Amino acid sequence: MITFKDVSHDWGTFRLRDVSFTVDEGEYFVILGPTGAGKTLILETIAGFYTPNSGEILLRGKECSDVMPEQRNVGFVYQDYALFPHMTVEENIRFGLEIREIPEQEADKRVESLLEMLNIVGLRGRYPRNLSGGEQQRAAIARALVIEPDILLLDEPLSALDTRTREALREELKRIHRAQGTTTVHVTHDQTEALLLADRVAVIIDGEMAQIGSPQEVFNTPSSVMVADFLGVDNVIKGNIIENVDGVACVEFNGYRLYATSTLSSGEVYAFLRPENIILSKASIETSARNVLKSTVENVTQLGGIYQIHLDTGLSAVVTHQSVEELELKPGTEIYASFKATAIHLIKH
Amino acid sequence: MSITRRRYPLSIIFSVIGSVLLLFTVFTLLNMVARQILFDFGGLIDAATDSFVLESIGLTLYASLLSTIFTVLFGTPLAYVLARHDFRGKSLIEAVVDVPIIIPHSVAGIALYVLLMSRSPLGSVFANIGIVFEDHLAGIVAAMAFVSASLYINAARDGFQSVDPRLERVARTLGANQWEAFSRVTMPLAVKSLLSGAILSWARGISEFGAVVIIAFYPMIAPVLIYYRFTTMGLKGSQPIAVMLIIICLTVFLLLRLYSERWRRN
Repeated sequence: MITFKDVSHDWGTFRLRDVSFTVDEGEYFVILGPTGAGKTLILETIAGFYTPNSGEILLRGKECSDVMPEQRNVGFVYQDYALFPHMTVEENIRFGLEIREIPEQEADKRVESLLEMLNIVGLRGRYPRNLSGGEQQRAAIARALVIEPDILLLDEPLSALDTRTREALREELKRIHRAQGTTTVHVTHDQTEALLLADRVAVIIDGEMAQIGSPQEVFNTPSSVMVADFLGVDNVIKGNIIENVDGVACVEFNGYRLYATSTLSSGEVYAFLRPENIILSKASIETSARNVLKSTVENVTQLGGIYQIHLDTGLSAVVTHQSVEELELKPGTEIYASFKATAIHLIKH
Repeated sequence: MSITRRRYPLSIIFSVIGSVLLLFTVFTLLNMVARQILFDFGGLIDAATDSFVLESIGLTLYASLLSTIFTVLFGTPLAYVLARHDFRGKSLIEAVVDVPIIIPHSVAGIALYVLLMSRSPLGSVFANIGIVFEDHLAGIVAAMAFVSASLYINAARDGFQSVDPRLERVARTLGANQWEAFSRVTMPLAVKSLLSGAILSWARGISEFGAVVIIAFYPMIAPVLIYYRFTTMGLKGSQPIAVMLIIICLTVFLLLRLYSERWRRN
């Protein structure tokens, strides 16, 4: 449906470098990247407001640099909704139908069904200034969907909302996508959104495509330190592979040894280990975990409802308040950190 | 318990100092109107029934209206371009727009006269198609437009700038071409600024004297007539017309403002 081929563009404040990706028909594609990294500009390029300096963009298999935005049939939802302030909710939704001269009966049908779908029937006569953020966002989504776009572009659609509204609308987006099957490109800096909504995730950092894959792939096996860093994989360990026996590599780091499932058999590597995959215990327990490291607690940090435990091995784990009390976790406590060989993801340095 | 807003000493001091200028304006005008009404009401009646005076005031309002229409037609696209696009030389163009504000208006009048008089190359072209500027309505309109256009252009530019360009982009994705996005989204949202810019420009046209008097002494617009009567008949001959002009202008502007306020709210 959408293909970027080595697309580069310089906006002055932000540069896209040789970005290539393909979004399949009906796919929910999430572009994940740090805030302020020009993700909006990528969407505006798909919508036709910029022609890249180099590279090609194909829509439905056709090169589209000559196609005006109004001919692309894309729906666009901006972060702060961009509803027309001089029109009511219904007039906003109707705008695209009027411009396209959709017959009135058909138009009425579409408007009603979207008002219902997004639960805003009661708001149809209201002006945007009298709506909450969540309500405005629903109206903006309805306005984008009413034209039955080939592609729906969502620019950080949930980030200006409070937590509860965000969760509700996230579910809504999922439901709508299931119902409509519209090819969707959603840009965000929020990993949860990517994890919960995406069929595939593309991580863009510093204008470059850093990794692309299913959410599980990207989150469990980041392809570089940069991606791991951005995704908040706290434990990034640099080490050397000593040997590989039956698909289990032995990695030496900081004088410790750990075992990781990998096809790599030698050389310098980075090992990624998500803190939630580390189990802490008072005694060395017998488990299926291949790695058990005797450690000392260096530091305990409270992060909302959970606690982050920094160990002298350089690793950090997250645990609940109850575990902190039961294990008497405080600086100086001796503790065993266990984790499976499969929890570690190795990449070549 | 009622909540009283705290008053800060500095705000009070500033308000007192600031009111000096306000009083200066209000008192100057009120004084003239009051003196006229109290001490020479008959003169005011005479002026109000003098067809020459009435025609002159009518001409002033009409010429300035034409000048405003001209300015709106050509100034709106310019204002939009200045609001929406960045390009080399933009600040130069913005400076050019503001030039008429800073040059003496008699200078503007002379410049216009030199450009548009029938003996000049451009003036003769216009004369051939029947448009003569010196001592004609066209000259008055040209002079008024020259001095008042910047007020409209700046107001319109600010108005367009206050409309989020993303609204236009959304309209485009919904199928609107550039003109439809402009006319159905940007224009309606900027119209209040355009309207107040037009009113301002109209008012400025009516008040113009220096540029007009050089290119078109006749037919006499009200400010020229007032000056003429002042130099030939003194205060007694000029003040009643001045008072009339003030009353008419203030009434018209007040009505326009109220009307545009109400129209905007609906």
